[in-house]
Amino acid sequence: MDFQIIDNCLMIRLPEEIDHHEAGFICETADRYLLKEEVRNVVFDFERTRFMDSSGIGIIMGRYRKISCFGGRVYAIHLDRQIERIFKLSGLNKVVEVLNFELDAAGAGKEGQT
Amino acid sequence: MKNEMEILFDAVSDNEGFARVAVAAFIAHLNPTVEEMADVKTAVSEAVTNSIIHGYGNLRGYRKEERGPEEVHKGKVRLRCVLDRDILHIEVADSGTGIEDVKKAMEPLFTTKPELERSGMGFAFMEAFMDDLEVESALGKGTVVRMVKKIGTGSWIDCEG
Repeated sequence: MDFQIIDNCLMIRLPEEIDHHEAGFICETADRYLLKEEVRNVVFDFERTRFMDSSGIGIIMGRYRKISCFGGRVYAIHLDRQIERIFKLSGLNKVVEVLNFELDAAGAGKEGQT
Repeated sequence: MKNEMEILFDAVSDNEGFARVAVAAFIAHLNPTVEEMADVKTAVSEAVTNSIIHGYGNLRGYRKEERGPEEVHKGKVRLRCVLDRDILHIEVADSGTGIEDVKKAMEPLFTTKPELERSGMGFAFMEAFMDDLEVESALGKGTVVRMVKKIGTGSWIDCEG
């Protein structure tokens, strides 16, 4: 898992499995970045993630509450089908902007919104 | 064919992953679909996490390196699975504090611990991902969550509907 600041975005590359066990670490580290750096938006990258339970929703909603009052936005990228289901079931897709990136053969980023 | 397994483990967050993987391995020979496997794993994860956080009040969810060596667990969670042909019965039991109002606890978004930044979706997920859900609880005695799911149907809930 890694945290990276690009411009005013905090990029969080999430672990393979997101549950309550991982949640404490993710929340605390993310909040440290949000306090310390000038971060406006948060991007959750699910590329490596194969499992998520309702703890993941708590993580995302918690960060959303922290930054939305300052006009920040939360994005989620690289969701697989399972995680997309959880997003829909919980209504998270109404709060978070879900982006799907499809890389073509040349490697240029093509952006499509679900 | 009938098959049964039971495991007893410490109510610490390290075991959440262990519990769901154990159940996944138990049903693997039925060739469940990717969706069925994910459903079962999520439901087990929710039930076990509830026992750990709410049943035993073991709130800390941390990876090993962040947890102090002096920290001790507060109880045990019992996970029992019975496979009756293609019907999977899962029972997650703890002897923790119990739930005062089960009906209220099962409402989506309801949580007794809002400060933990959890979603309150645990029971809603169990209900959505499994075919049947039953919760039995007594204050001071503990909680038993029983779930049933037919494996190998290939169908899955369409969330868009």
